[in-house]
Amino acid sequence: MSRKIRILISKPGLDGHDRGAKYIARALKDAGYEVIYMGIRQSPEAIVKTAIQEDVDFVGLSLLSGAHNELFPEVVRLLREQGANDVIVFGGGVIPQEDISYLKEQGIEAVFTPGTPIQKVIEFIETNKERVLH
Amino acid sequence: MDKKSLIEQQKEKWENTTLKKVLQKFPEQKESFSTSSWLPVERLYLPRQMSEEEYLERIGFPGEYPFTRGVQPTMYRGRFWTMRQYAGFGTAEESNQRYKYLLSQGQTGLSVAFDLPTQIGYDSDDPRSVGEVGKVGVAIDSLEDMEILFRGIPLDKVSTSMTINAPAAVLLAFYIAVAQKQGVAKEQLRGTIQNDILKEYIARGTYIFPPKPSLRLITNIFEYCSKEVPKWNTISISGYHIREAGSTAAQEVAFTLADGIEYVKAAIKVGLDVDQFAGRLSFFFNAHNDLFEEIAKFRAARRIWAKIMKEKFQAKKEKSMMLRFHTQTGGSTLTAQQPDNNIVRVTIQTLAAVLGGTQSLHTNSRDEALGLPTEDSVRIALRTQQIVAYESGVTNTVDPLAGSYFIENLTDKIEEEVLKYLNKIETMGGMVQAIENGYVQKEIQDAAYKYQQEIEKGDRVVVGVNKFTVEQEKPKEILRVNPLLRKVQSEKLMKLRKNRNNQEVDKALQALREGARDESVNLMPLILDAAKAYATLGEICNVLRDEFGEYRESIVL
Repeated sequence: MSRKIRILISKPGLDGHDRGAKYIARALKDAGYEVIYMGIRQSPEAIVKTAIQEDVDFVGLSLLSGAHNELFPEVVRLLREQGANDVIVFGGGVIPQEDISYLKEQGIEAVFTPGTPIQKVIEFIETNKERVLH
Repeated sequence: MDKKSLIEQQKEKWENTTLKKVLQKFPEQKESFSTSSWLPVERLYLPRQMSEEEYLERIGFPGEYPFTRGVQPTMYRGRFWTMRQYAGFGTAEESNQRYKYLLSQGQTGLSVAFDLPTQIGYDSDDPRSVGEVGKVGVAIDSLEDMEILFRGIPLDKVSTSMTINAPAAVLLAFYIAVAQKQGVAKEQLRGTIQNDILKEYIARGTYIFPPKPSLRLITNIFEYCSKEVPKWNTISISGYHIREAGSTAAQEVAFTLADGIEYVKAAIKVGLDVDQFAGRLSFFFNAHNDLFEEIAKFRAARRIWAKIMKEKFQAKKEKSMMLRFHTQTGGSTLTAQQPDNNIVRVTIQTLAAVLGGTQSLHTNSRDEALGLPTEDSVRIALRTQQIVAYESGVTNTVDPLAGSYFIENLTDKIEEEVLKYLNKIETMGGMVQAIENGYVQKEIQDAAYKYQQEIEKGDRVVVGVNKFTVEQEKPKEILRVNPLLRKVQSEKLMKLRKNRNNQEVDKALQALREGARDESVNLMPLILDAAKAYATLGEICNVLRDEFGEYRESIVL
């Protein structure tokens, strides 16, 4: 039996639209993952600190205010700076199509936009979990 | 002789003959039907026996208690609702242009969207503002920005709604100061500040201070405005965001009215007379797709609030019992997939708001699930209201759906559900307690979870999302905010801090600090002094942060 996958869900930036983030957190928990939900208005620094302390495998970021191009990459950058090289970062929210390729270049491995079924997120985790389960 | 029993008899006969034959050949699409918020819906509604006394007590006449049929006797025959599009982005200059455009297109009131740093009381150059400056609204750092925002817009002619909560007192002070510079007296100003902190803890998230000092700021505003800015709506008690967070229609009304009760209690507790401020309370609701449920919701909300104000708080003036409300169509019902379909959703929601008797309306733009709306999309949204107002004919009579067997039944059902919640919250010790122990958030989340699961399973159809989908969507044009805006605002701030009279600023901020320490002081005049001295929003809020502390979210999952 392998250990459970640990996922951190958080909202960087200042927007309070947490319906999506809370839904994802609860649905992933129901799907059998260990989920840590940090809540709204978290700084990239606080997210990275929690990710490292809690030894998570994935970090899911949700943002609806339009600050994703600044804040998502900052989380990846800080994670790598602090040696958390194999933590996989994904994101979601109101994110224009044309920003997705930029975010992927910056190390956000998947971006889930409104209307995405939860199954897609689970598939993403299942496909990539081998990389984090050493 | 007995009318009802005759109908009942006929109904049985109908069920056993006409209906039965059809059901055998063509079963209904589902075993049971319900509203979008899971209230059961029967196949057929029939007249219910209602005495004349009961009609007068529960439904009555428009413009009279309990206002079920509307707050004005003539409703839209007198004048249409205020068409008020929530707008603002980028700099004060850009937003000022958008407002002038909207006014030129026939919009009748302004509604200011502030960016998140402004809403949380951070200046644009604060490190926590990174990425957020000018994004979801306009960046306002000081009186200087506010002067630009309303340049060329006569504040004695327009009414302005400002979506601002935790720092509402500061933005109101900026507004008053701009008006004075235009030569417009406080007494002439018309508009609304949202100023509803409790729903920020529940759903919207732009809180700063803990509940107690936040309620003090709110009651300070009530008191100040009742004397100085008498035409101003001092609060817009909002169910909108509660619904967006996933609540049911009944929860939206219940939690909003529970918040309202808390504000009234707080104001009475500091010695205000209920009739002195209650007439300036206004409400803000959502309009989702389930047309009849929404209409019934608005009607029920009016009836319940009137009764609460009259019986619980002994209001004497009719105005204090009137639930006047703004409506916005449901952002969370819009889809990123096939976004033009959203125009149709917004049309249904517009009808719901109008048939429900709204006082003002914002219609969402089709592209809001993709990003900030373009000018074209905003125009279509406004035109939707104008078509309903001028072409549909639904405005010609007051409360046209009253007396519909279904609507009246649904209005009663929602009222029942709401009263259950209000009683429960009362037994918990009031809304602040119910929020602090996470009860309200949990109720909303459970409803949101259930809703989303139904979509995932395909039990709930969202056209274009889980049914009638298309493979390739063509990319849509979206509006971009200048990413260098934070730099522009920061430079403005640097200049401001250099050029203003800093001694005067320090003096005003020190007076505010001392005032904050003394609960008997009304902070509004002190904030106005600081605003006029060009103290920044962040500076003013930081003084209050020091004195009041900051609220931390209680996480419920």
